[in-house]
Amino acid sequence: MSEVTVNSTPNAPKRMTRARLALAKPGFLLGCVIIGISTLLALFPQVFAPYDPNFIDYLAVRQPPSWAHPFGTDSLGRDAFSRVIHAYSVNMQMAVLATVFALVIGVVVGALVGYYRGIADMIFGRVVDAVITFPFLVLVIAVVAVLGPGLINMYIAITMVGWVYYARLMRAEVIAQMGNDYAAAGLVMGYSDRRIIFRHLLPNAITPVVIYWMTDMALAILLGSSLGYLGLGAQPPQAEWGVLIAEGRNFITTAWWLSLMPGIAIVLTGLGFSLIGDGLADLLRPRG
Amino acid sequence: MSNPILEVQGLSTTFHRGGVTLPALRDVSFNVGKGEVLGLVGESGSGKSVTLRSVLGLARRYGEVTGQVRWQGQDLTGLSEREMRHIRGREIAMIFQEPMTSLNPLLTVGRQLTETLKAHTDLNRRARKDRAIEMLDLVGIPAAASRLSDYPHQFSGGMRQRVMIAIALAVGPQLLLADEPTTALDVTIQAQILDLILKLSQDMDMGVILVTHDLGVVAQTCDRVAVMYAGRIVEQGAVRQVLKGPRHPYTVGLMQSVPEGVAPRTQLYSVPGTPPSLAALPQGCAFAPRCAFVSAACAAKRPELESVGEGRELACFHPVEALDGVASKAGAHPASSPHMTEESAA
Amino acid sequence: MASIQYILKRLALMVPTFFLVMVIIFLLVRFLPGDPAIAIAGDRASDADLAAIRDRLGLNEPMWVQFWLFLTNTLQGDLGRSILMRTEVVDVIFDRLPTTAFLTLYAVGLSIAIAGPLAFVAALNRGRWPDNLIRTVFQVGLSMPVFYIGLVLLTFLGAQLRWFPVGGSGEGFWSHMYHLFLPSVTVALYTSAIIMRNLRSAIIEVLDAEYVQFARAKGLPDRLILGRHVLRNALISTVTLLGLSIGNLMSGTLVTETVFAVPGLGRLMLEAIFARDYPLIQGLTLTFAVLVSLVFLLTDLFQSSLDPRMRLS
Repeated sequence: MSEVTVNSTPNAPKRMTRARLALAKPGFLLGCVIIGISTLLALFPQVFAPYDPNFIDYLAVRQPPSWAHPFGTDSLGRDAFSRVIHAYSVNMQMAVLATVFALVIGVVVGALVGYYRGIADMIFGRVVDAVITFPFLVLVIAVVAVLGPGLINMYIAITMVGWVYYARLMRAEVIAQMGNDYAAAGLVMGYSDRRIIFRHLLPNAITPVVIYWMTDMALAILLGSSLGYLGLGAQPPQAEWGVLIAEGRNFITTAWWLSLMPGIAIVLTGLGFSLIGDGLADLLRPRG
Repeated sequence: MSNPILEVQGLSTTFHRGGVTLPALRDVSFNVGKGEVLGLVGESGSGKSVTLRSVLGLARRYGEVTGQVRWQGQDLTGLSEREMRHIRGREIAMIFQEPMTSLNPLLTVGRQLTETLKAHTDLNRRARKDRAIEMLDLVGIPAAASRLSDYPHQFSGGMRQRVMIAIALAVGPQLLLADEPTTALDVTIQAQILDLILKLSQDMDMGVILVTHDLGVVAQTCDRVAVMYAGRIVEQGAVRQVLKGPRHPYTVGLMQSVPEGVAPRTQLYSVPGTPPSLAALPQGCAFAPRCAFVSAACAAKRPELESVGEGRELACFHPVEALDGVASKAGAHPASSPHMTEESAA
Repeated sequence: MASIQYILKRLALMVPTFFLVMVIIFLLVRFLPGDPAIAIAGDRASDADLAAIRDRLGLNEPMWVQFWLFLTNTLQGDLGRSILMRTEVVDVIFDRLPTTAFLTLYAVGLSIAIAGPLAFVAALNRGRWPDNLIRTVFQVGLSMPVFYIGLVLLTFLGAQLRWFPVGGSGEGFWSHMYHLFLPSVTVALYTSAIIMRNLRSAIIEVLDAEYVQFARAKGLPDRLILGRHVLRNALISTVTLLGLSIGNLMSGTLVTETVFAVPGLGRLMLEAIFARDYPLIQGLTLTFAVLVSLVFLLTDLFQSSLDPRMRLS
């Protein structure tokens, strides 16, 4: 019902207004700010942490928050605030390392399976069904049980289970994209399979995957800190939020600040990633 | 008209979407008589459906509705939602375009029939069931009794529309609002449904407002017709008169768009241009940018709907003098134009 | 209700998937470095024990023979012997299963009770403050790790205010309800956030549907429209989601049982991991997979009973 208008400068102004629109949304902006600060803290903890996170002081055990120690001290007299800050490095690293390999593997497998279909697709379907029959945590924990506790093993375990979800999403997107005319055009023009997949289909299909990646990073922090809490992920004395909460668990009634503050950090960071994910979803999905 | 059952006066409906004001209806006025079939015709976006929804009070949830809708003497626009519910389904009924989406896929057809009866009558369970079977019979569903427990997806498109009509007419309303009831159906089924609506209108002495974009449908079923454009009525009158001798340039254009009696390989005619966006309506006559007979007066001031004869109304500064449906002014259409014959205008 | 044919067809489809599930579980332990016999029997097993294990599991045979033995043993109910508990794995699992099942069902019930009404309130007030408030609160809840929520509830409602007992699962139905309330709420919070979001969208979508407009045009009262037309249709997609979330829910029970010291399968799994009790780990992983599959099947059946369009296919 709208009037017919002629679009003389198609792409440039459109992209700019879309970006401006995105920044105008408060949620997305807040998410970027949170993650921006978190990344800063993760990269330069020494700058922001007033003390050495591993400095033990038996004379200052379990002190409540004060000007000297904003988050108090733990059972070994270490400054809780510094430990939470230094944990940013580990936890932000977790968000990336626990997801990015799964993403790469998943994207490649998903694209290939979605493009070629056939028997590979049938097998893939059964593999997906089998993997989602296990609760995610249960399978990850089982793999960690086999490999042994520790950060690196945790990354391996999460990647081994997580790639399936990326692959499934990618496959669905590729199949949907293949229904579009430009893919058929590529086939008609005789492009090689690899060229069609990687130069044409993938860039268009990748959008939902990237959005999912954001929420997955939030989930990775939740999962990683859960494993840290259980003693299966990062190991003490390493400063990781889950580990810190576990360290404070026994003094929850007397020194509750030790477990409370790292938890708040988890929530904030998780929120940050989720907000960015939601914002991207709004921004990148076609309007209307 | 002697005693209209529905009198609509100056009905205006405005929606607000994303900060933009959309005047979907502007000063719409018409009447419907007892047992009369009024056709409401126009392009998509002309406001036909909004008119029906505004009459029934369904639009005021989403926008502002002003004006008067007098139903048997009572102004509906002033009624509360609760009072409107007594009118809806019981005195005025409405059917929609897409029967598949208008019927709840999870409930049986019988259930959707009896719930109307339950809401508006005092009939007991047994009586409701009997009436439901009676209605399905009336609309021509074979083996009605066994079909009560079937779900909408178990009916074909035409049958589903009949079911919807059955549901709408179950309580015996005096006015039926039909929003493009045949647009989504096959041509052969279309005729059947239209015949059904006509027959029911005659048998039950029920008025009908039939919304459509198809002039053929109007010719087949309606007594009177109102042509809408950009939220306003531009021409109104008895079907035979309007279709045989259209006087508003837009109506002329619509008539000429109907391919009838054209030689093969003749280029089809369509009114040049597109309807205006509701958000950016021109100041004067909304049709002016596309009109072949436009003048300076048209752009400056909006023509009002005025009576130009026996039951005939027109909103135009330069009405067309029709001779057998062919525009007499030069420049209307270069190729040979189709003209209405006696039979097709019936 | 769905036909027997449909049920059988669904079960048949599950077979290849379950085959793969068994393969995964089988490979889990086989990838351990070192002697699997020691892994399965424990460090303290005698040579005779080790020999018996090697025999029973055919550890000297090729892989597929081992797998076949594993498969047949499992189907006969022989999941091996737990190193930690010194009894049959099956016995240990069945001993703790009821508690976890209770906790899971309790959490599902609470999720629906929390998410349901709030989703309606949010959908009907779309864009206004109740909607925004509800969505924000749940968004924050989604970002909180389960163990953290558990700890917070445990500390404030359990230890400080003493409204609820800390730990254990109690005897008898009502005692169970009381003891397991906090753990169930903890698990339910995450799931209810996911359900609330989905149900809210479903309700909004249904509210705009043509058949709701038609129902209104028929003059039906709003409450009836909501209850009969809107609810049923919105429920379908949400039930599916609830079923799919069950895996997530069970992951939550695992952590929650640890925080609240509930003697269920989840806590058992962690004990097994720290004790390197591989037969028990295997058995538990299998149990979780079976439980999740059962829920998927039930969800499917429930959905087909709700949606007549699915029944006749």
